[in-house]
Amino acid sequence: MKKLRDRAAELLSQGVVSLVIGYEEGTKRPRPLFCRNSEGAEKLIFDSHCFHNLAVYITKKELVGKERFAVTAPISTLRSIMQLYVENQLSEEKLLVITVDLSGELREFTTFDEIAAYVAQFELKRGEREQEILSKIEGMTREERWKFWMEEMSHCFKCYACRSACPLCYCSKCVVEVNRPQWINPWPAPLANMEWHINRAMHMVGRCTACGACGDACPVGIPVDLITRKMMEDLAPEFGYVPGQPAKQGNALSSWKLDDREQFIR
Amino acid sequence: METKYINKSGIEQWFNAIVSSGKRVFAPVNSRGQVDFKPVKKLSEVADEYIQTTQSIKASVYPKAEVLFSYEKVNGKVNLTDFDPESVAETVLWKVHPCDAAGFKPLSAIFNWDTADKLHNAHLVKTSVISFSCAAADESCFCTSVNGSPGNTAGSDIQLTMLPDGGAIAEILTFKGETLVALMPNVFEADKGEKKEKYLVDLPTRFNLEEVNAKLNKAFNSTVWKEQSERCLGCGACAFVCPTCACFDIQEDAHGSKGRRIRCWDACGFAMFTLHTSGHNPREHQSQRWRQRILHKFSYMPERLSVVGCTGCGRCSRACPVDMNILEHITSIAKQ
Repeated sequence: MKKLRDRAAELLSQGVVSLVIGYEEGTKRPRPLFCRNSEGAEKLIFDSHCFHNLAVYITKKELVGKERFAVTAPISTLRSIMQLYVENQLSEEKLLVITVDLSGELREFTTFDEIAAYVAQFELKRGEREQEILSKIEGMTREERWKFWMEEMSHCFKCYACRSACPLCYCSKCVVEVNRPQWINPWPAPLANMEWHINRAMHMVGRCTACGACGDACPVGIPVDLITRKMMEDLAPEFGYVPGQPAKQGNALSSWKLDDREQFIR
Repeated sequence: METKYINKSGIEQWFNAIVSSGKRVFAPVNSRGQVDFKPVKKLSEVADEYIQTTQSIKASVYPKAEVLFSYEKVNGKVNLTDFDPESVAETVLWKVHPCDAAGFKPLSAIFNWDTADKLHNAHLVKTSVISFSCAAADESCFCTSVNGSPGNTAGSDIQLTMLPDGGAIAEILTFKGETLVALMPNVFEADKGEKKEKYLVDLPTRFNLEEVNAKLNKAFNSTVWKEQSERCLGCGACAFVCPTCACFDIQEDAHGSKGRRIRCWDACGFAMFTLHTSGHNPREHQSQRWRQRILHKFSYMPERLSVVGCTGCGRCSRACPVDMNILEHITSIAKQ
């Protein structure tokens, strides 16, 4: 912890970066922290409880400004950073990424290739919670699954915490806010909620890195993260990429190849 | 106002009588790992061990989505069907916390500050509130700092304070309360003289409301808004679980020559909330939206509507994905 605080203070005082986005103790669990001076850096923490995906902040221009900044990143955040890079949302010149490796050592990444190489060491596995709920859902018939999700979605009140917490939901105008034409009914109602969540899922296919931020953010406890996670798991082998690793060949549903094996796309 | 005693089996008989009377009864139910208000038929469905429901009881008098009117064009003539107050069912809210019951006053103040809101008032008239005083609280609760208390009766028609014998002290507070008692008057016995305060959780005040108000009056240009809101994600979780947040949007459910106009929940924390058609946004940054949220509740509402827009229920703090803890933020403003 001390190493991280000292290094962050150093980066800030030397003017290498103007901002370090990290974690501090919260009232119930660690929460995001924005440090702009060494005093702020003293509050930094980094441990296994730090699981907010800080990559959500690094595309917000009003927060990060024009100068170079640093972000402390556990594996899930590193995966999102790689995906944002693949989608041309980040530049190496502006971003310094810091993590603490398994041996407790501070590691700094200045290039995305370095991050990709580091992330490649970690296999994306289902946690206990994901395994429990997904295996239950996988055992259901199509009708049972629809019923399960309709019931879950009926609790959605469209606060859009799932969207706000997702680092990959960086669109300046979301499809749910488009009203000419209005693709999705914007008020909360069971079917209108399902429309929103199907749209969200479709926009995440081949992009979601399974950080779980959307599910964690949902105030009414809908496991929304498992929809995009399951889609990623199902889709990865078909499109030849590894879950949790950047899709270097482009995102599954937004890239197109002349030699695609499917006829309909030509 | 009259105080009575009701024993354990009396509570159940009375509850059943309310259900049998044909009124809708909403009560906290534990399902999917969350406790929330749902329609109930039996007392056994009502949740026991919890501090706070995830969502407030607000939706019972301010539905998440409600049809203002519907329309249809037939042979060049437009037929309008207005909201019908008679369509609202008689409703009893069972086991409401005092902080939720206290939320009806600020909510109604907003909906009636100029033109009386027909929809909200129609729900309110048909709603009776049976609150339960609080014997427990958690670190997010702060009703005592915002003019409330674990035994606050404001907004309640009847308040029950549970006793160790499974019975309760019943404070019958309004005519609506008397009407509910009249459904089974014989289970209400003479008051045993038990002091209700003995059974309430001790919740020390965390800040001085006048002090906060005075600080906020000078805080519009303070840097505190940016400092506090940097981590805010700009979602609507805090507003949607809040018992007093009343921001709404008007949407059109149009299908050819017919349709419905719908009022649905909105939130001042959303970037789109104040976005003009021109592209200009008077609250362009999240810090300005956070400021609006706090000032509206703790400055504008007390000033204009003579009521604080916060009941200290703590739901926003519990629901926030990034720990925008309102108690922490207000306390820090008070100390500035």
